[in-house]
Amino acid sequence: MNYESQFIKDNKTERKYEFKSNYKIEIDEKRITRRIKLSKVSRYIFSLSLVFALLVLVILLYRIGVDSIGWLNINFLTGKLSIFPEKAGIFSVIMGSVYLTLIVIPVTLILGVSTAIYLEEYASNGKIKKIINTNISNLASVPSVIFGLLGLTVFSRMLNLGSSILAGGLTLSLLVLPIIVVSSQESIKAVPGFLKEASLAMGATKWTTLRKVVLPVALPGILTGSILSISRAIGETAPLVVLGIPTLILTTPNSIFDDFTALPIQIYYWTLDTVLTPEYANLAAATIVVLLGVLFIMNSAAIIIRNKFQKKF
Amino acid sequence: MSETVKNLDDYKNNLAYDVKNLSLWYGKNQALKNINLQIEKNQVTAIIGPSGCGKSTFIKTLNRMIENIPIVRTEGEIIYKDKDIFDKSIRVEELRTKVGMVFQKPNPFPKSIYENVVYGPKIHGIKNKGLLMEIAESSLKRAALWDEVKDRLNDNAYGLSGGQQQRLCIARALAVQPEIILMDEPTSALDPIATYKIEELIDELKKDYTIVIVTHSMQQAARISDNTAFFLMGELVEYDRTKKIFSNPEDERTEDYVTGRFG
Repeated sequence: MNYESQFIKDNKTERKYEFKSNYKIEIDEKRITRRIKLSKVSRYIFSLSLVFALLVLVILLYRIGVDSIGWLNINFLTGKLSIFPEKAGIFSVIMGSVYLTLIVIPVTLILGVSTAIYLEEYASNGKIKKIINTNISNLASVPSVIFGLLGLTVFSRMLNLGSSILAGGLTLSLLVLPIIVVSSQESIKAVPGFLKEASLAMGATKWTTLRKVVLPVALPGILTGSILSISRAIGETAPLVVLGIPTLILTTPNSIFDDFTALPIQIYYWTLDTVLTPEYANLAAATIVVLLGVLFIMNSAAIIIRNKFQKKF
Repeated sequence: MSETVKNLDDYKNNLAYDVKNLSLWYGKNQALKNINLQIEKNQVTAIIGPSGCGKSTFIKTLNRMIENIPIVRTEGEIIYKDKDIFDKSIRVEELRTKVGMVFQKPNPFPKSIYENVVYGPKIHGIKNKGLLMEIAESSLKRAALWDEVKDRLNDNAYGLSGGQQQRLCIARALAVQPEIILMDEPTSALDPIATYKIEELIDELKKDYTIVIVTHSMQQAARISDNTAFFLMGELVEYDRTKKIFSNPEDERTEDYVTGRFG
């Protein structure tokens, strides 16, 4: 008798218990019917919430669409700002928003993802990390006006950037950084440990593992969070108002040190001045359509990029 | 004449499943080709074959879990209790209550051991705490796990070893009182001793349940099963008593496979 069968013999458990169950799970047809119905109802409830969101959006788009008819044309898109509604164009405003985006995207992605990587992969799990994490989450819920004040103090006054594109862009970056850090942290955390182990076990360094395994897997998640928060930055008004962005800019900005105005700001001022000139309402509506279009294009591009990365896995 | 009819009836009553002309497609790829086989009650039926031969697909068709993959299309019939399980009057919830399943990797819920076992009875409407406790105890005893966990029923199931987790999953399946238990390579992630325990358990369970088990280990099929089906490239090559399959198979391909010449 070899070892294995000896072992099996020694461990042979005898039937210690008698198996008589004193309950019976019957197929309760009515109960199952009820549960299936409930299952279907829940589906409708979930779809209803989608319908509600879509309905509000459609109403909004309809109102804006009606107001902007006739005002949204090539002259409006390529022209300069003017106090006369018929002559007003928003080319410089669009360019202001584009410049802002070009600052916000690299600054937030580089700083935000790096912070997240450090916190998740390098920082030791201790009290300090907990405190930092709590504070970052806290920052994510600070009202944007306060970030405007911060930008005004640090960028406009201390660094003497005034109300330039750079000052505005950096302020908006600060605003969305916490959100990007938190969402990137979550994506990095969700990368399965065995993938990291597989890379490390072949003699890869931590940085190689991060670059070739962790980041590519986490990237779709990181981008989803980033797209959402950067779009929010593009639509943000309050911090820019605090920075003192001028109302009427007749020149198109050429560099990031120029003064500028952005789409949400222009919408805000035009809406404010509707009392004086009723046509400004139409201009604001047309600008909203442009802003929605810009956001739509940006988000689509980002989603396409994200899907491209996702296919690799 | 009447004798034959009676025997035929006996035979039919003794069947858990009667699979007739079953074909299955993943999109355009045909994964199962015209399968015909009868699964007997209170027997262990092993399904063997090389990777990708359709054995897992087949076992998942038996409780229609395969339909969770949207591109799947099936043809043919699987008769269970005189009804085709693909019939519109059959509800998968009912079918899966009567046909339990144990998966390849142990998949306990991230809950306590107790909560894992009573999940099924709870969704089927049992609320009595005392009864639930009894169910947990009897199911865990039945799965030969009770003695190891009776002092820590409220601990998280992830604290158990792999073999224990798998037996917990079997206990969880038993708690719903199925008639048939499908096992999809239940020991492939376990060490030999845990495997041995599960095999012993299967032998014990077949007195009360019909068991269909997919396995990639021919020794395991030979050890525990009464009937063995050999699948190859989505076809059922041979289906017979296990003894016959492993000693004197009809088909050359079966012989090649069970003697280890390929696969």
